[in-house]
Amino acid sequence: MHLLVQAIILGVLTGGLYALMTSGLTLTFGTMRIINMAQGVFVVCGAYIAFTLFNYLHIDPFLSILVSTPLLFAIGFTLQTFLLKPIRHDAHRLSLLMTWAMAIGLEGILSFIFGTDFRGILTTYQNSSWTIAGYEIPVVRALAFALSVAILVGMYLLLTRTKFGRSVRAVSQRESAAKLLGVNTDRTAALAFGLGAATAGAAGAMFGLVSSFDPASHYDLIGRLLAICVIGGLGSNAGAIAGAVILALSESVVQAEFSPAWSSVPFYVLLIIVLIARPQGLFGVRTRGAI
Amino acid sequence: MIALLALFPFSGAESWIVNIGIFTLMYAVLGSAWNLIGGYTGYVSLGSVAFFGLGAYGLALTFQHIGIGNGFLPFALVPLIGIAVAIISLPIGWIAFRTRGLPFIIVTISLVIILQYMALNLTDVTGGAPGLQVPQAPFPPGTYEEYFYWAMLVVFAVTLLACAYVRRSRLGLMMFAVREDEDKARGLGVATSVPKYAAFAGCAAFSAMAGAVWAYYLSTVYPQFAFDGEFLAMGIILVAYLGGIGTLWGPFVGALILTPAQQYFAYSLGGSQLYLIAYAAVFIVVMLFLPRGVMTTFADRALRRSRRRKQVVEELATAESESPRDAPSPVVAR
Repeated sequence: MHLLVQAIILGVLTGGLYALMTSGLTLTFGTMRIINMAQGVFVVCGAYIAFTLFNYLHIDPFLSILVSTPLLFAIGFTLQTFLLKPIRHDAHRLSLLMTWAMAIGLEGILSFIFGTDFRGILTTYQNSSWTIAGYEIPVVRALAFALSVAILVGMYLLLTRTKFGRSVRAVSQRESAAKLLGVNTDRTAALAFGLGAATAGAAGAMFGLVSSFDPASHYDLIGRLLAICVIGGLGSNAGAIAGAVILALSESVVQAEFSPAWSSVPFYVLLIIVLIARPQGLFGVRTRGAI
Repeated sequence: MIALLALFPFSGAESWIVNIGIFTLMYAVLGSAWNLIGGYTGYVSLGSVAFFGLGAYGLALTFQHIGIGNGFLPFALVPLIGIAVAIISLPIGWIAFRTRGLPFIIVTISLVIILQYMALNLTDVTGGAPGLQVPQAPFPPGTYEEYFYWAMLVVFAVTLLACAYVRRSRLGLMMFAVREDEDKARGLGVATSVPKYAAFAGCAAFSAMAGAVWAYYLSTVYPQFAFDGEFLAMGIILVAYLGGIGTLWGPFVGALILTPAQQYFAYSLGGSQLYLIAYAAVFIVVMLFLPRGVMTTFADRALRRSRRRKQVVEELATAESESPRDAPSPVVAR
């Protein structure tokens, strides 16, 4: 029982981080109707930025978020402008391969710079944890969770309270109508893609803290993030958070109670059950032609 | 065309060139099979590689449990594996077809991940990460590649014939109807699940056959290769896009361009880093400059040219008819 509760705590803490990564995916899906296969590699980029800043300039990984976020925003904005905007006439189909090309291209660049060895960010507080009521709460994961929740709340406020947020929501509801009403849809799409990459940058710095990574880690990551999206309902923010917590929770519980090798199984089993019972995802809305 | 391809090994080509030929044909088979579901029916699936892997493992497992020798008999097994995998694909299709559009893509990606995961972890059946060994075929070293080349060519010919047949048949019309607008098609009385399952199972069967031949050729199967989500899964779609999705010969043309280029990059750039960057660059160039594919682009150009020629002829005809000499007789040039 003690082990189970411990596993649940760890799972929820990790789930927060996954939720942050997935929120960027949801945002780009909402505004541009594309699956961003490069989201995983953006996370890994963030991890490498934190790694570099920590090893060479001794900047704390949590502080490096202040660098990785704007940097990834710039990368995302640039990639959208030069690679995704030209194919928007058929973005629905072409973007899958285009964002995948971004992913393997960035993977190649990362392995060119950093090599293909596994890396980790080893801080002094790496292994320290707080003990509350007999349960261990690792400092790194707790801080990452708190920061992820804070950024998610910030994103929510940005999307609901600002003019930019209003144009994002307008574009995701109906692009042509938003355009007619004077929303600069191209600019909104570029900003949204940049913002999606920026959340990955923030999440990446923390991802580098909680697990080791190599340039090819993005492949494993994007698979999980996409499955989270489907289980929660593509395009739904609440679904992304729920899916992320379910994924991390099930992995951590199976890892603790059974074996690490089988940790991903229950999540994928659940994915299949959800698809059979509720194909639009837990929080998805059934729309004509979408599901 | 197929006959021409069959003669290719006799041209005195070195075995490494025949090797690239096998690889090209494999991509052509996978691209054509993908075309059934992705091109004709309009369901973009990343699942081809899952069935390719199932075919490869199917052959290796048959070797392990039933001694079938290592001569030509395994080639006879290839169609059986294709049928078996097609049957396996039906329940998978039932789950995947609960979704459409982008979620469908993600579900098929998940399928590849699940199978890769199972191949890694069910060590008793699949041998885990090192995979399974298939006995090497007893062909003479000088012509070793050629047998596999012909085997892959037969698979390609069958795939192409099936595609050509489907395009002319009622089934093909149903597939196109689903691609254009599934709801309207169903409203007009098309039993939409028939073409969807047929395309999914067809894609599975031909992909599995390519996988089985490929496993025998390499004489080994391991998870990273059999369920390669990184290169093969996307490469298949790129081949189809490059050639022109929905066209009969498109995937072959795409494979003919892409595969040698890919092998050249792998050979000359070695290591994974620059190779990855070059591969990404190929993707980007195709998406930016040839998004509709070689076949479609040229077909359009030819059509436009012939139309223009017709227009010029018509203009000349009208100009002549309007000349004063012919004025009394009103000729309508059309």
